Amino acid sequence: MSVHRPTPHDSARLHVTGAARYVDDIPTPAGCLHLAFGQSTIAHGTITAMDLTAVRASEGVIAVLTANDLPHANDVSPSIHDEPLLATGTVHYVGQPLFAVVATSHTAARKAARLAEVTYDTKPAILTIEEAMAANSRFEEGPRVYTRGDASGAIDASAHVIDGVIDMGGQEHFYLEGQAALALPQDDGDMVVHSSTQHPSEIQHKVADALGLPMHGVKVEVRRMGGGFGGKESQGNALAVACAVAASLTGKPCKMRYDRDDDMVITGKRHDFRISYRAGFDHAGRVQGIEFVHYTRCGWAQDLSLPVADRAMLHADNAYFFENIRIESHRLRTNTQSATAFRGFGGPQGIVGVERVMDQIAHHLGLDPLEVRKVNYYAEMESADGGLSAPRAAAPLPPESILTKKKQVTPYGQEVTDFVLHGLTADLAARCDYEARRVAVAEWNAGSPVLKRGMAITPVKFGISFTLSHLNQAGALVHVYQDGSVALNHGGTEMGQGLYQKVAQVASGVFGIGLEQVRLTATDTSKVPNTSATAASSGSDLNGMAVLAACEALRARMADHLAAVRQGEPADVVFEGGLVRVGADEMTFCAAAKECYEGRVSLSATGFYKTPDISWDRIKGNGRPFYYFAYGAACSEVVIDTLTGEYKVLRTDILHDAGRSLNPALDIGQIEGGFVQGAGWLTTEELVWDDKGRLRTHAPSTYKIPAASDRPKVFNVALFEGDNPEATIHRSKAVGEPPFCLGISVLMALSDAVAACGAAYPALDAPATPERVLKAVMRVRGDA
Amino acid sequence: MMKTTFLLNGETVTAETPPTATLLDWLRLNQHLTGTKEGCNEGDCGACTVMVQDENGPRALNACILFMPQIAGKAIRTVEGIRANDGALHPVQQAMVDHHGSQCGFCTPGFIASMATAHATGATDFDDRLAGNLCRCTGYAPIIRAAEAAVDAPEPDWVGADRAALAALPADPELPRSSDELAAILIANPDTRIIAGGTDVGLWVTKQMRDLGPVVFLHACKDLQQITVTDTEMNVGAGVTVETLREAIAPHYPSFAEMLRRYGSTQVRSAATIGGNIANGSPIGDSPPALIALGTKLHMRQGDTRRTIALEDFFIDYGKQDRHPGEFVEGITLPLGAPDLKVYKISKRFDQDISALCGAFNITVQGGVIASARIAFGGMAGIPKRASTVEKALIGQPWTIGTIHAARDAWAQDFTPLSDMRASADYRLEVARNLLTRYFTETQGIPTSVLEVEL
Repeated sequence: MSVHRPTPHDSARLHVTGAARYVDDIPTPAGCLHLAFGQSTIAHGTITAMDLTAVRASEGVIAVLTANDLPHANDVSPSIHDEPLLATGTVHYVGQPLFAVVATSHTAARKAARLAEVTYDTKPAILTIEEAMAANSRFEEGPRVYTRGDASGAIDASAHVIDGVIDMGGQEHFYLEGQAALALPQDDGDMVVHSSTQHPSEIQHKVADALGLPMHGVKVEVRRMGGGFGGKESQGNALAVACAVAASLTGKPCKMRYDRDDDMVITGKRHDFRISYRAGFDHAGRVQGIEFVHYTRCGWAQDLSLPVADRAMLHADNAYFFENIRIESHRLRTNTQSATAFRGFGGPQGIVGVERVMDQIAHHLGLDPLEVRKVNYYAEMESADGGLSAPRAAAPLPPESILTKKKQVTPYGQEVTDFVLHGLTADLAARCDYEARRVAVAEWNAGSPVLKRGMAITPVKFGISFTLSHLNQAGALVHVYQDGSVALNHGGTEMGQGLYQKVAQVASGVFGIGLEQVRLTATDTSKVPNTSATAASSGSDLNGMAVLAACEALRARMADHLAAVRQGEPADVVFEGGLVRVGADEMTFCAAAKECYEGRVSLSATGFYKTPDISWDRIKGNGRPFYYFAYGAACSEVVIDTLTGEYKVLRTDILHDAGRSLNPALDIGQIEGGFVQGAGWLTTEELVWDDKGRLRTHAPSTYKIPAASDRPKVFNVALFEGDNPEATIHRSKAVGEPPFCLGISVLMALSDAVAACGAAYPALDAPATPERVLKAVMRVRGDA
Repeated sequence: MMKTTFLLNGETVTAETPPTATLLDWLRLNQHLTGTKEGCNEGDCGACTVMVQDENGPRALNACILFMPQIAGKAIRTVEGIRANDGALHPVQQAMVDHHGSQCGFCTPGFIASMATAHATGATDFDDRLAGNLCRCTGYAPIIRAAEAAVDAPEPDWVGADRAALAALPADPELPRSSDELAAILIANPDTRIIAGGTDVGLWVTKQMRDLGPVVFLHACKDLQQITVTDTEMNVGAGVTVETLREAIAPHYPSFAEMLRRYGSTQVRSAATIGGNIANGSPIGDSPPALIALGTKLHMRQGDTRRTIALEDFFIDYGKQDRHPGEFVEGITLPLGAPDLKVYKISKRFDQDISALCGAFNITVQGGVIASARIAFGGMAGIPKRASTVEKALIGQPWTIGTIHAARDAWAQDFTPLSDMRASADYRLEVARNLLTRYFTETQGIPTSVLEVEL
């Protein structure tokens, strides 16, 4: 039984030897052609002329496709069909694909794509939040508003009131493997597509529409991605569709991969947000009323912006119970890349908003921010015996008064029944010696005129499930071969998170066999249909359960047969340690499989799972959108240089709730990696557009994700072990997105360090580049 | 087309390619060795890292901006060749499996190449050795754990075998082997593009897709790769790599060496040359400010004609240098004995980031009075430039914070920096001023570097 064991990633050995294949590594049939897009050089306007003579004449060019050359749908939108593959007269951002070059090599295609002579009738571009608000340029008819109680009245009646604004930038995914697709024409017009995508079924759907085929005419296969992070949920559509159309028109295999700069210029990124807020609270920092206004630049097309902005609203409370709350959300249409899914899907932005408020309340009252956070926490989960849950690891319980709370319902009407952050936070604070180190930091700062340290603990409560409820389903296909080897297939995709390994562990547990007997095969739309994107942290929750169902069905069939032959009871058949025991009889699983095959037992089964008990009305903002919540907390300590704004993360301690972890090694990997990525978003990763709407940070030379030395010098990560109260796969919890939000502890620690420089509140924006940190230091000191 | 003979994963091969074909494309497209990945195609992510051995030992280099002629006579190991012939994993490969150092796996081959190179050289400063390898999944912690776990494992046989086999490789007849030969080529065709490390010119090919025209490679000119040291000065050939310079200069100018530790990455420093960093005239090259603050002399050569100028005079204007047709940088002479030199590089990320600004301060104080001051900055103007007005405001004044504050207005007379994606003009000017305060504060024994803070 390998479930809950820290086994390595299923492809680890292939990764380290260079043998793991990605789309661009797949050997192609002879005559494979290569594509590149010609791109818009202006942010908004109409194309008055497009002279492609030089493009067509360029060496190696076979064909050049414009919108007029597309045989069927010209649409790569994942939502409302507002995103043509190739521009149809109007261009909406710098980088928008105008035409596709089909050439004999990647380089030839890239060279030719630059030779077009395009003239435009330039129109004013809407680039900023201010410009979009002024022009009322938005998606949906007006702002979405979720509200409970009387926020404004409660704030006005409070003893203390703060307000403010925080800007937070977007984030480039920077998956190490850029977007890529390969289309292979088949018999009778069918198409096989290899795509680096988190969403094979959508690729299938879009390609089918573009070719005028039913979905059964298109097969999409994904063995692995070199990173996804949400950036391959919808952004791979354009490449796959372009390749399929070109392959269909030329009859040749067609491949496309974006050069890194093209990838960064063309594809969408994390939504940047501005959040303004007002909060009223008592002397202890207990919030009486709170208001948020979210403004987000969605870019030129809708893509997934509505559910992203919804999720930001759904995480505006993070871990805190607010009786009176109002959240208003503006989804602004701008002439920039169409912002898209990125790990957390709006959740982190919503959480940053409320964590800023907690930090500012504490500053206003002169309290430790952790105390303010704790008095606002939801009430702790009740344990099975009716009492409060004991922390799952040894730690003192917080005082009773903090734990007994009002009715614990989120602003959107979901009861919080699984809250563990009181115990978890207390455990973390004890592990990292929080209180003593706070004192030591203050003392150190008193003797250090140039360098200042800061510390912060921030929590996360993250809702698990797609908010579009019908996506919460998954299918699986499992075969047991007569030699006892098992092949698994499910709708989830592998982007590095270890999904395949976790699912293989589930299967090996059902059959009682070793992992070497179980093979995960590439995700394939012809094996499991109608899959959801591998997103929303849902991969192992959904696909693990679907595989479990299929495996249990097969095991039952095998047990029935093996028991019947021996006049035994199926319930007494035991699958364990690579053996099958039926009464006194014992045989290897391989022998059992052979016997079942010869007994004409069907050894192939499908499995299906749908998440129970969820319902959600996104217009009303009411229901139970999430099956459960995942929790965690991080404590970060930083040091800043008040002369330059440079800083370093000295230490981070994390305690994170992965339920009863399916694989602690893989889960800790998600937590470490998610934290560093989250910290990167809020520190060095800065997207800069110029006043023409051109992205100036379009390569790793100018866009700085964390490097090795940027991880905390001391970095302790532990799992908060315990069962998920909900009946998830082996009582585990989803772990992909929640730890990303722990990076917020670094932003708040930087704020704490800046606050040591003077009396004013730092109001540190993100990303907190050295420049923003220095600016905040000067503001706090009254120098600016 | 050029013929290049080298060892590829233990086998002698000869490739015939255009001179600006990259090793990465050749590996992936011609050899179908797809383990080596393209992540950025500009030498910033390290997914294409390979291990290159020559008579100077093993180096990790970025294959995406390594032109084929640059590897003539060397031994290349790609990720496929780092495992032993019998299939046994290299200790760093096994450690990466054991410590969960790969997630999506795309950056992993590059990490393996960098880690195997560090293992072969005995280097254990892994944050620096791996600063040129980006990983988006793991947060690096398990990778560093893996690197540390493999330190004491024995070296695989192939490392020594490659080294031994180098001698049998033929010399490449198409490459100039001395500065005399180079000078003759450039006199005959002054438009020839000089390629040393290729860490900048490489991008002209991979990103701008430029046809470079006639090119000449410098790396076989051994006489340009010499460093000689006297009591008072150090002569550095133009072909010396930044990594070699960093090692040579560390005993003399630790602050300069510390800045060079953050220059590019291991892969970039191991290819890039000091001559190239000067000759390309970039306003944000990191070595010129320090060299100018030291009073470095630049040696130029055109045919048999040589001249020596002050380095700062080489930089005339943005994109314009004092270089005649057919002339090339032969080397530099930098004075030794300036113990107070400090070099400060300011960027969004500490490692492998282009400077927003880079300042060098060489101030001497005698009897409490500033006797001399040479201050130079990159990133503050169209060229690397001295802060002449600030220097004048300091010289002869007492070495106090009051003097530094009094010089505050002089900075804006010396510099009117630009705003760009790296920093605003205001930030650049403010920090330039503050760096003088940092310099002063340091001399008072007060900690000013976040990198030196220990828990």
